[in-house]
This record gives sequence, C-alpha cells and structure tokens, in this order.
Amino acid sequence: MNNYLREQVLLTSGVNVLKCMRCGKCTATCPAFDEMDYHPHQFVYMVEKGDIEALMKSGSFYKCLTCFACVERCPRDVEPAKIVEAIRLSEVRQQGKNHLVPDSIPDMLDEDLPQQAIVTAFRKYTK
Amino acid sequence: MQRIGVFVCHCGTNIAATVDVKAVAEALGHEPGVVISQDYQYMCSESGQNLVKDAIKEHNLSGIVVCSCSPRMHENTFRKAAAAAGLNPYLVEIANIREQCSWIHREIATATEKAIVLGKAAVAKVHLNAPLTAGESPVVKRALVIGGGIAGIQTALDIAEAGFDVDIVEKEPTIGGKMAQIDKTFPTLDCAACILTPKMVEAAQNEKIHIHSYSEVADVKGFVGNFTVTIRKKARFVDETKCTGCGLCTEKCPMKKVPNEFNLGLDNRTAVYIPFAQAVPKVAAIDPNYCLMLKNGKCGICSKVCSVGAIDYKQQDRLIEEKYGAIVVATGFNPIKLDRYDEFAYNTCPDVVTSLELERLMNAAGPNGGTLLRPSDKTHPHKIVFVQCVGSRCDDSKGKSYCSKICCMYTAKHAMLIREKYPDTEVYVFYIDVRAPGKNFDEFYRRAVEQYNVHYIKGMVGKVTPLSSGKIDVQASDLLSNEQLHIDADMVVLAAAIEPDKSARPLATMLTTQMDTNDFFTEAHPKLRPVESATAGIFLSGACQGPKDIPETVAQASAAAAKAIGLLCKNSITCNPCVAHSDELMCNGCSACEKVCPYGAITYQDKEFRMPDKTTAVRRVASVNPAVCQGCGACTVACPSGAMDLNGFSNSQIMAEVDAICK
Amino acid sequence: MQVNENKEFQPLIVAFCCNWCSYAGADLSGTNRLNYPENVKIIRVPCSCRVNPMFILRAFQRGADGVILCGCHPGDCHYTSGNYFTRRRMTLLFSMLDFLGIERGRTRVEWVSAAEGAKFAATMNEFTETVRKLGPNRRLEDLRCRKQ
Repeated sequence: MNNYLREQVLLTSGVNVLKCMRCGKCTATCPAFDEMDYHPHQFVYMVEKGDIEALMKSGSFYKCLTCFACVERCPRDVEPAKIVEAIRLSEVRQQGKNHLVPDSIPDMLDEDLPQQAIVTAFRKYTK
Repeated sequence: MQRIGVFVCHCGTNIAATVDVKAVAEALGHEPGVVISQDYQYMCSESGQNLVKDAIKEHNLSGIVVCSCSPRMHENTFRKAAAAAGLNPYLVEIANIREQCSWIHREIATATEKAIVLGKAAVAKVHLNAPLTAGESPVVKRALVIGGGIAGIQTALDIAEAGFDVDIVEKEPTIGGKMAQIDKTFPTLDCAACILTPKMVEAAQNEKIHIHSYSEVADVKGFVGNFTVTIRKKARFVDETKCTGCGLCTEKCPMKKVPNEFNLGLDNRTAVYIPFAQAVPKVAAIDPNYCLMLKNGKCGICSKVCSVGAIDYKQQDRLIEEKYGAIVVATGFNPIKLDRYDEFAYNTCPDVVTSLELERLMNAAGPNGGTLLRPSDKTHPHKIVFVQCVGSRCDDSKGKSYCSKICCMYTAKHAMLIREKYPDTEVYVFYIDVRAPGKNFDEFYRRAVEQYNVHYIKGMVGKVTPLSSGKIDVQASDLLSNEQLHIDADMVVLAAAIEPDKSARPLATMLTTQMDTNDFFTEAHPKLRPVESATAGIFLSGACQGPKDIPETVAQASAAAAKAIGLLCKNSITCNPCVAHSDELMCNGCSACEKVCPYGAITYQDKEFRMPDKTTAVRRVASVNPAVCQGCGACTVACPSGAMDLNGFSNSQIMAEVDAICK
Repeated sequence: MQVNENKEFQPLIVAFCCNWCSYAGADLSGTNRLNYPENVKIIRVPCSCRVNPMFILRAFQRGADGVILCGCHPGDCHYTSGNYFTRRRMTLLFSMLDFLGIERGRTRVEWVSAAEGAKFAATMNEFTETVRKLGPNRRLEDLRCRKQ
C-alpha cells in the first residue's frame, strides 16, 4: 500500500474509485485487453487498494490506447482511462527515476531534431 | 384570568437524573396564571393521567402544561386526558424536557435552568391557546383507481368486495397492463394470462366496478373524502355500448401495417383493432393516426361490416366529472428507452431485444405463436446472451440509479424456459450481482444454474457487434477468470431498467402528492405508512411507488385497498383544527396568500361589510377552507396586512414563546 | 445573556424547528444522547415557512445572540413546497440583517431531516461556537428588555 502514490493518482485523475460497482464493463469494452497483464477493472481496484507500484511495474497501463471507451460506457461514471493517464503521469514524475540517461542521448540524436527539444525532454524525463 | 396547571414528569430517571424536577415545578409555580404545579414519576401512566384529570376538575384549570418527553410521543395522550376531564384538548401544551434537555445535557444546574426556560415558554404559549374544535367533512363513498394493471385491478376488486363503488381509469383501450404482456411468472412458472385474465373478467363483471378504458385523468380538485375528478374519455370511434367485440371489422380493415404496441412493434395490427383476444372491455378502437377514413375520408369498410352499427367516425373526446372519497394511484412502469446505449446495438440489430420483447416472442399469443425465432430471419437462435443491469444501478446520465429489482428473476426465468423448451440452445447470462431475496427466489436461480445449465458469468457485456454472417459478436468480460470473451451469439436480450410511467409526473402535480427524483411516488413513511401518500386520501398501489414484482404489487394493491376502505367506511372525517384563518376586517384582498397555498385552500369572496361611517361596502376577502388547509402557515407569513393567522401556532403564541425564552 | 469575566460567554440561541423533520431530528439526537449546548432553545413550528421574519427580529430585539431555522430538505417538505418559501424569505431577511449589523454568522437556515439526529447536534454545536466567537448581540438588542 503506497498511500502517497495513491493520493497522487486520485488527485491528478479526479476519479472516485469508490463509485465502482465491479461490473467489469470497462474490461469488457477494452480493445487493448489482450496486451495487458492487468485490466481496466483491476486498475480501479488496485488504486482503491493502493497497490499502485505493482501496477506501475507491469506496464499494462502503457498499453491503453486512451480510446475512452471505458469512460463512455462505465455505468457508474468512474472513468478508468483517467486513472491510466494519472498513473502514467505519476510514473513520469516519480523522483529518482530517470527515463532519459545522458549516455543514451547520442543514439537518439537526429540532425533535424531541434536542440530545444532535447533540453525540454531532459528536463521533463530526468529527476 | 387564566388558571394554568403545570405537571412535571420524572420519566423514572430519564428526566429526573439530569433535571431537578422539584426545582422546575417550584419555579414554574411562580409563573403568572399558574395555580398548581406538580411533579410525578410517570405522568403518562394511568395514575399520572388521573393526577392531571383530577387537578383540572379540582382547580377548574383553563390550560395545562406538561413538562415531559417530546410532544411527538405523548401530546395525544395528554390531550385525551384533558378532554376526558372536560378541558378542550387544544389547551394542552408540552414542554419537551427529555429529548431536548435531560438526554442531551450532563450538568444538573444548566439542564434544570434550560428545563425551566422551556417550561416558561410553554406556559407563555398556553396563556394564548384557544379552544379548538376539529371540524368534520363528509366522505363520498366511491373510490377512483388510476391505472388498470394488476395493481389497479386488485385494488378495485378489493374495494368493490367491501361494498363500495370503484372506477378504474385506464389510458389504454384495455385493462391488464404489463402483466397481460408477460408470458410466464417467476418463480412458479405459471402462465401470466391464466391468472390475470380471470381477474380482468371479474373486474368487468363486478357491478361495483366501472371501467373507463382509453381514458385519462384530466383534472383533480378537492380533498380527502371529497375529490372532484374530471376524466377525459378519448374518442375511440367505436360505440362501447354497441360493440360486441366480434372482431369482424379488424379482419376487414385494409390498413394492416400498423405497428402492434401490444407486441411492442414486433408485428402489425390493423387500424381498427382489439389489443388482444382477452381484452377487457372487449371493444374495438380505431387508431386515428392510421385509419384511412379518419385521415382521408375514403374507406368506411368497418362501418359497413359492423352488424350492430357501432362504428362512429364523428366521436369526440368526452369529459366526465365524478366525485370520489379516495384515490388510488396505480400507474405502473415501463422499460426505459435504450436509444442511448449504442454499444448494445439495440437500434441497429433486430436480434438484440429487450426482455419484455422476449416475453412477447415466447408468448403463445405473440408474433411467432410461441415459437422462439429471431426477429430478423425467423430462424431458431442457438446461442442467446442475456445482459443484466442495462440502465439500472447507473450513476451516469443515461441510466437509473436504483436497482430495478425484477430483472435478475425474470432473466433466470427466461433462461430456464429457453433451456427447457430448446435444450440445444446455449444460454449465457452476464451478471454483476444476482439479487434474489424473495421467497423461493434464490432456489429458482440456483435451479437455472444447476438443473438447466445456464451459464452465469460474473461480468458485463461491453460491446455488441452484428456481423455480416447474421451472428452477433458479444464482447464481454469474465471477471472471475479475468478474461475477455467473444461469444458469437444469435440473439442478445437486454434487461432494461424500469421507470415510472410518463403519465405519473403530471398526475402527481394534479394530486399534489410527492415524488422522488426518479418520478416514483413517495410514500407517507418509508416503513410505517408504505401505501399512503403524504397527501390525505391518496393511496399508492404497485410499481408507481417503486420497482416491484407481481406478488409484491398485489400485496401492496390489497394494502392500498384496505387503507382506502378504511377511509370510505367513515361517514365523515375529522379535520386538523390547527388551520389558517383570516381576519376579514384586516384582509386587503391582495391574493398573496392564495398564491403560496400548496393546497388551493384559500379562495376569495366578495363580502358586504358595514363600514365605520355606517355605509355598506363590498370587499374582496380571503377565506380558508378548513377541510383543505393542512396548516403549514405559508400564508400567514405571506400576508402583508397580518390578517392571516394559524390556529395552534398563532403569531402571538410563537411571539410569546420567543419572549419567554429570551427573557 | 450572561457575560462573566471568569466564565466563557454563553450565547442565547433560538432554534425554530419544523414539526415533521427537524423537530423529529432534534428528538432523535436526544434519543441517541448526542450532546449539543444548552444555549439552544427550540421552538416548534408546523413548517419552516411558518416562521415570520417578525419572530426572528423579535428574538434579536429581546436579546437572542443567534437564530437558526431548521426545516425539511428541499423537495422533502411535508407541505410540498413550504421550505422553498423559507429559503427565499430568509435569503432576503438575512441579507437585510447583515446590512443592519447582525452578522451572517448569527443567522442560519439548515435542512435537517427526521433521520439526521447527528447532523442536528453537529449543526447546533457548530452554530453555538460561531455565535460564541461573535460575542453578544448588541446591534438589535433592546436595552429595555435586557435582563438585570
């Protein structure tokens, strides 16, 4: 149970996970189901439990296409896709995690890439 | 000079433990006008009441104050005791020193002080109490039942059984309602028509019951015991008194492509029609939207074939007025429209049907004569998927927040009937929870699973896609195995949520009854008065009050009948004497009170007055009908001239209480 | 009204409660033994719409430090629409009182149903504290009515 992460996800997503009645319509509706280890209804339940690290580790939420079918069809207006978005953000913002290490940059360089973009990305994706 | 008695109750230790009752009695004894002040262990007991009665007689009291529990508890007890001792019951005031003093405070000194203040306020009020006499108004011995479904029929039968005349107003051309459309009933699987149609016939034959079919309530006036209702009898273009129901006109009618609403549009009927074979009254009606004669003036075949000359193309809507003592609302329910659920493809695929449509498809009198066939190509379905909670338990803008209650059981029934009749058919039921809390309900559902091998899957259907092969791809979740399923179904059945009939909301406005946000009628008390509305003389029967299955509906229908009979048995009813009254000399005829009155109890009359200069002037003044007024007091505040006042809670009384508390 | 240098200020609060919801709610808080200050004295009225602005002015004139009006929740009025009148009337009255120097904290309308005993007690606790902080009402008080 990671309370800090849980609060952060709830705050950024603005989702009330307690409204979920566990019908599973989000999972039934998800076009990316086969790609995921955890599925939309589990996202909601795991956030409720505060089991967010496991969710982050799995990477399932990167498979979400953000098609918002689950948001559209959820009978309780829980909006699971917004949770996915919030977890992605939390992962990005997490301290101590560098998504961009200086050594990997030379390989990415492209002549057409503006330098500004590299600086911005560096700011955004490093601690 | 007032002679007031004060009686302070110990309530065992309930009051005496935190309030010094002797000190309270002592202090209140010094209040002006108080001639006797006593305390006693249990004032509400027989001997306590005798103490009050004796004191009234002995000291010739003109008013009493009882310092005890809440007036909601024992006000009536002491009013009766006062009446028994010859004191007008409305000269009794209660000071609530238990719920609002001894039970919430801990310190004896402060609690006693507060009890004395509350006592003083009551004494100050009772000084200004006036003796009130409850008026009486006569009761018309006739009841109106609005809605002719199973609820309305049962209520009408029960009231008629007790010997009172009952009118049923039904908006369709026949009574029977939703139950007439249902094939079988759970959990016994007996045929709905076989148990309903005898009741319909019984209602038709009962000489106390008068059925106004194809009619609507147009207006309601009056109050408990004396309602005046205007009923609009819609033009059916067939003389009800002449038509024998032979059905020849329906055979000959050339306009045969009218969607049949009794079969939910799954087949067609003619423009002149009898809704179904067992209709009551069995009288044809002409649909003016389709009849060639009424639209273009060219046809007239039905009037030529009718041997009794019942067809009347010139018929008009008729308004009839009738007086009733009691009104029972039994307006029932409808499944919600599924237009906004695109994911279930209800609007695009004919093989996606609602449960009520499935009832018709399976019914022997339905479009397929009882053989279950797909509406699209009339073939046998071999794989059927049921989806539960479509529009129920929703928190979004599309559905209803409540559980529709009946869907779990009728789905189990459908699944079971299909598996029994067509064992080669696979049946899947997607459920969120199976709610089966009725007598033999859970056993019934278990039988569907264990005996009939219906596949119950915990999960929900997310998307229904009609395929070019004629199959339907059902994409669903199985939450227990954490899988996403694709089922190639032949038919999909949606358990649509139910909602109150659309006619209920305008009706509630006419009846001045309360409704909740879902348009269900609100009962007077959720537990103790479940079949009465908060408006006196209006009773609730069946699904208009909340989702109900047939046994519950019938139980509530009979209960509503019993309440209505209880009212009709009386020759007159006692009115609440705490009603508004206007001082005609002060009234300036501005109509402010009339506008705020929720009951329409205030009317204006022109009256002659002798003016100070000895001339006679005609002035417009307010007058309150005490039988209609419920005593809310909205008018007393709206009145700019202070002419309007409320008995029992007069301006001067409340002001005296304020003064006593603030002294 | 008692102002004592050693003791905390004890405000006098008049509560008008409608017979069907709030008075029953007050009874319920008693039945559940939920404490609220004895400063609150309740007057029973059939409906919150029975409360004439005159009564509230009179209470302030006679030395009340706060007045609270409790009724059924909007839409649940026993008399169908009474509390809607209350809401409108009191909005006007309270803004006028505010103009006259009776702070907003001294006046309040609260919806308490018959089932909300806990809400009633909590409301009274909170309201009493608010009024206590505001101190004695001197603006509208008629000094001739002051208790010696």
